[in-house]
Amino acid sequence: MDQSAAVETGSSGRLKFIVGGILIIAAVAYLIISSTQASAEYFLTVDEVAERGGSVMGRDLRISGAVIGETIEYDSQDLKLTFTMANIPGDNKDIEAQGGLAAVLNKAVNDPNAKRLQVVYIGVKPDLLRHEAQAIMTGELGEDGIFYADELLLKCPTKYEEAVPEQVDA
Amino acid sequence: MIIDLGYGALVIAFLVSLYGIFAAIYGEWKKKAAWVESARLAMLLTFPLITISAASLIYALANGHYELEYVASVTSNSMPLYLKVTALWGGQAGSLVFWSWLLSLFTTAVTLRKWDRDREFLPWVIVVSLVTLTFFLILVIFVENPFARLWQLPSGQVVETMVAPAGAQVFLRADGRGLNPLLRHPGMVIHPPMLYLGFVAFVVPFAFAIAALVTNRADDRWIRITRRWTLVAWLFLSLGLVLGGRWAYDVLGWGGYWGWDPVEIAAFMPWLTGTAFLHSVMIQEKRGMMKHWNMVLIILTYSLVIFGTFLTRSGVLSSVHSFAQSAIGPLFFAFIAITFIVSLSLLISRWDSLKSKGQMTSLLSREALFMYNNLLFMGILVVCFWGVIFPLISELVTGQKITVGPPFYERATAPQFAGLLLLMGVAPLAAWRHSTFKTLGRAAWKPTLVSLLVPVIVIIGGLRQPAAILGFWLAAFVVCVTLYEFWRGAMARHRRAGESLPVALWRLAGRNRRRYGGYIIHLGVVLMAIGIIGIEVFQSETQGTLAQGESLTIQGYTVTFESLNVFDTSEGRNVARAVVNVEKDGRNLGELYPRRDYYYEAQQPMTIPGVRSTMEDDLYVLLVDWEPISTQGATFKIYHNPLVNWLWLGGIVFILGTLVAAWPNKDKEAVRSRVSRPRYAATKA
Repeated sequence: MDQSAAVETGSSGRLKFIVGGILIIAAVAYLIISSTQASAEYFLTVDEVAERGGSVMGRDLRISGAVIGETIEYDSQDLKLTFTMANIPGDNKDIEAQGGLAAVLNKAVNDPNAKRLQVVYIGVKPDLLRHEAQAIMTGELGEDGIFYADELLLKCPTKYEEAVPEQVDA
Repeated sequence: MIIDLGYGALVIAFLVSLYGIFAAIYGEWKKKAAWVESARLAMLLTFPLITISAASLIYALANGHYELEYVASVTSNSMPLYLKVTALWGGQAGSLVFWSWLLSLFTTAVTLRKWDRDREFLPWVIVVSLVTLTFFLILVIFVENPFARLWQLPSGQVVETMVAPAGAQVFLRADGRGLNPLLRHPGMVIHPPMLYLGFVAFVVPFAFAIAALVTNRADDRWIRITRRWTLVAWLFLSLGLVLGGRWAYDVLGWGGYWGWDPVEIAAFMPWLTGTAFLHSVMIQEKRGMMKHWNMVLIILTYSLVIFGTFLTRSGVLSSVHSFAQSAIGPLFFAFIAITFIVSLSLLISRWDSLKSKGQMTSLLSREALFMYNNLLFMGILVVCFWGVIFPLISELVTGQKITVGPPFYERATAPQFAGLLLLMGVAPLAAWRHSTFKTLGRAAWKPTLVSLLVPVIVIIGGLRQPAAILGFWLAAFVVCVTLYEFWRGAMARHRRAGESLPVALWRLAGRNRRRYGGYIIHLGVVLMAIGIIGIEVFQSETQGTLAQGESLTIQGYTVTFESLNVFDTSEGRNVARAVVNVEKDGRNLGELYPRRDYYYEAQQPMTIPGVRSTMEDDLYVLLVDWEPISTQGATFKIYHNPLVNWLWLGGIVFILGTLVAAWPNKDKEAVRSRVSRPRYAATKA
């Protein structure tokens, strides 16, 4: 008698917790799915932007490319930064296959046939912005074909490779 | 010579570790205590060996042995000595040596404890510790060797190896490339070691958990032994995270402290599982439940610790932290996968013996609330993990790489953090086993009523953002409940023992350090939450180019550009330093000196903000650009960061609370815990 009562409270108790747990898990799942949809950014290369053109207009994009030094213009009056970047592969494997990031960046800025994209960014000019840096930015493609970035990250691999000539890994 | 010594010591440490693993397993298998003892001594020996190695690397760093590629990559002649020494963890190879050294330090401390009552754990703790250590030593010796030298071959080619190739000469350089300027900051000197200490210390509770699984001891002995270790690990991890935030705020010049960068997330994930673990072990101790879950949590924490080390030091993901790039990724993944699968299979094989008799009965009982807390921590973990791997998944599934940025994390975690705050307020009032709305309401109505004053006040004060109002109320609620708990406890002592209130309060906290230390940690979290709400909801910014004498205004502050000075320093920097004057409501508050340093040898500038910091708000002024010739005009960006100092204050309170909780008790643990049942007689070797 006693035992069966205990089992009963046990199973109904368990049910309560299963329902409660499922509710919490469902809420977390909802948060993740809706937040992913709300803030997804499409990772594209400069080539892909040129290819798709209008179809990606107005979407949140994340684009990476090689900065061409001579195109950098900065108006410190209204903090308007403009520059042009050249296409680099989006896949890390491709980058490695072509001799690493530094080599890819170097090739991109010196290749007149590489697809290029003009960028406008309003804000502080980042410390690392210079020739042959990798720019990773988020923003939108405007109707004028210019990329309006609202976030700009830079990576400069050159620093690590410049010192040793013809370095061979042991 | 010293370099060969350092490398040699590493190799010997590696061999000794291998021997230790073998001896521990063999001794356990053949039930020969002498072999286990020998394994213990082997583990003790790793520490002096790796100390020799780390010391020789530091010697090479401090004395400019630029023939070592590692030394050349992280130090230069112009760096001060303390930065040269701490460059030990400025790059990947050195960090791995440092990691191994810390691990051997901790495992040595573990082996020196009294093992009398837990002799059967010893061989397995040794095996787990040494397997982890061996993995890192393999990385250092075979893949990322900081002792490798550069050699010039007769052909003129330069090669990096440990042993001299035939006919080659040492490739000597007069100077190194120097540490990345962004890392030349006192915060950066202590931030990585703190994180590493946190990472490494979590190996200890994991080792005991695995030992408990292997020896099939279903009680909570392993939790009790490692409780303080876990707290220490957690303390250092928390410290590392807070210091990292402070460094970003001081150095990176974007007015923020946390960017949901993959590497930050990598350090945050083991903290999440560790925090969940700290809470859920209490259920096992009190009620004997959640045994499986605690095992899962500690296994996850261990895997995430290794994963975190991998992410912070491999450059696998693009982030502000990837100062290093290398090919150790596959090894890390293999190690994580193997340890994870082995641990999990072990847990599954012991599943039945870990079943508990206890049942959760009440949805509002203390243990149930702890369980919700765990679910929320796991929820945040899943959000973080999802954010990091989503680009890979989307690429696999759709062929299109899609990433999620900070808005994703903020949106998906904010409600869960709010839920955690709510639980933090409710849980201390809920009873174990059985609790209803009625009993909970009786305990909670007083502090709840008082806490409601806060939203009323801020709404009258003109605050309209619902998220901020809710946040401030939750903060007030937790504070009221926590102080109420202190008050109730102290009053009870006061009435019963006739102690004066301060004495009662002191003794109360002293008697039950874990509980009241935990409450202090909660208060710290609340203070941090206030700072985070302040900067996330109310941050504002302005920017503009000013001629001398002109001003920018923001939130009642007037910032006037006074002068600019550009000069070279002796250690190879070009410094542009502006002087701005700050006024608020007609009152002069003094000058700030935002500046921009340009490091010639690294070809990298660094922006250092001028900050005026009060409990109310921070005024954060950045020098963005200036006219090179006339030094007449300069561009500034100014952030107004309300309440951000509460974040750092909360961090300090948080750390103090952890220290209170981790402080050794006077009364010996031996008195309270049950007598253990060794499976075979522990013969003294």
